[in-house]
Amino acid sequence: MAEEFILIPGRTSKQGTTLNEGKYTDGYLEEISTLQICEQDMQRLGLSDGDQVRMWNEIGEVTVPCKTSKGDELPPGLLFISYGMWSSALMGGDTQGSGMPDSKGLDVFLEPA
Amino acid sequence: MSIAELPVDKTDELKIVKDATCTFCGCVCDDMELTVEGNKITKAKNACVLGKSWFFNHHIEDSPEATIAGQPVPFEEAVEKAADILLAATYPITYGLSDTTSEAQRVAIAITDWIGGTIDTTTSVCHGPSGMAFQGVGEVTCSLGEIKNRADFVLFWGCNPAEGHPRHFTRYSLMPKGQFLPNGRKDRTAVLIDVRKTKTARAMDYYLQLKPRSDFELAWALRGIAAGVEVDPDIEQITGIPLDMLEDLVSKMKEAKFGVIMFGMGLTMTRGKHINTEAVLALARDMNKYTRFAAKPLRGHGNVTGADNIVAWSTGYPFGVNLNRGYPRFNPGEFTTSDTLARGEADAALIIASDPMSNFSNPAREHLSKIPTVVLDPKLSETAKIATVAFTSATYGINTPGTVYRMDDVPIPLRPAFESPYRSDQTILTAIETRIREKQLAAL
Repeated sequence: MAEEFILIPGRTSKQGTTLNEGKYTDGYLEEISTLQICEQDMQRLGLSDGDQVRMWNEIGEVTVPCKTSKGDELPPGLLFISYGMWSSALMGGDTQGSGMPDSKGLDVFLEPA
Repeated sequence: MSIAELPVDKTDELKIVKDATCTFCGCVCDDMELTVEGNKITKAKNACVLGKSWFFNHHIEDSPEATIAGQPVPFEEAVEKAADILLAATYPITYGLSDTTSEAQRVAIAITDWIGGTIDTTTSVCHGPSGMAFQGVGEVTCSLGEIKNRADFVLFWGCNPAEGHPRHFTRYSLMPKGQFLPNGRKDRTAVLIDVRKTKTARAMDYYLQLKPRSDFELAWALRGIAAGVEVDPDIEQITGIPLDMLEDLVSKMKEAKFGVIMFGMGLTMTRGKHINTEAVLALARDMNKYTRFAAKPLRGHGNVTGADNIVAWSTGYPFGVNLNRGYPRFNPGEFTTSDTLARGEADAALIIASDPMSNFSNPAREHLSKIPTVVLDPKLSETAKIATVAFTSATYGINTPGTVYRMDDVPIPLRPAFESPYRSDQTILTAIETRIREKQLAAL
């Protein structure tokens, strides 16, 4: 059954280095398509590193592999993914008059694919 | 003309370029020592992990200099087509500009002015909300040099410089010994406020884990505590941080001789946006009743700060500026690119050194793929793929000289490593501007 989470897209060091190597390299595509989930949430959902998960909101839907976040970097209920095509697919066009779409702190639903 | 016909520097001579500038991130570190062998940088002394990948991966691409609808064409033909597209449009937009020189930015603004278009930069989806907040409450600012030499209290809020700006700690904000901080790190108190306990947290003295989307409430509570207002202990339910920790933080801020808040897109991209940033800027302003305090945005791309500066001194506003009426109008939400595309208003686009087809929302990308576009980029991107006219350009800082602005608005010169067979953004844009003016004057 799907659970509700908050998704934080952001930058990582690996995203930066692989971006320079090229946006069509395996390293870059892997980095921007991998969803990080905290250990407690991984266990509760019965997920292992590399498993596919389906994530969606009212804007769009993506199916991506997941991995356990390092240490206590993420608290339960929070997800992280590197900026890129997958995070953009969940971003709406409305900027509430600011020019900036909601790009962090997105409400999403998640379930094992 | 194919790439093979263009002049290429074929010398294999070893060359050392001292005091070169890295243009990957907003730190624009200008103490690089590059070893250049022919058309390749083989060593980048002083560069961080991001800088090394920047310098080592910008070789000469095997791409046509210019294409129309994906087919290689002579440069002049591409310029002609670009001028026609931009002149025929009724709502042309110019976008990008954060990864090019300020000299090129200036020409892009001039083109937009001649065609009565809208000029916007990647700032609008970065620290654009901060730009709005500066206009709302002002900016108590300082240079990175002042932070290095004076700041004994550094608060990072909604940012992760350990991964995004790897040398920020060692060069400016945390480790260096300064004029009034003879012991470097030992003389500083460092705090991180963020929803994630990132690598940055490891370098801090204190980490406050904030609940997502409660930045505004936290900043307002800190302002209240600083002013002596009784704050409801329920603030912990909202922000996740107990009141006594907030009181302790405010005490430390007041005790500082020189404090600085450095904030990132954790504030600007989250619900609240410019209101979040306004609250943090107001907090920094308030703290000047007790001590010296400043607040600085951490800027991402190598010359995004230059884009703000050049657009501002050209038009009076930093981004999202419409020039269609012959005078500048600033209105984020109306003239910003996410909006002009998502609403289907723009009917042509000039895109320089950015990739909105990867980064924008679905409706914005959908519309961008339907309108004629002129794209300048050193590398292939999703945006370059859909371009009507695409130019491969030389990489700024590695192949071309010019000026960039560091994240604290300090201009820094570029010292290129080797020549590129491709033209610079400035040269390409100047050719397009010249052709547009010729056509406009001929039509008089």
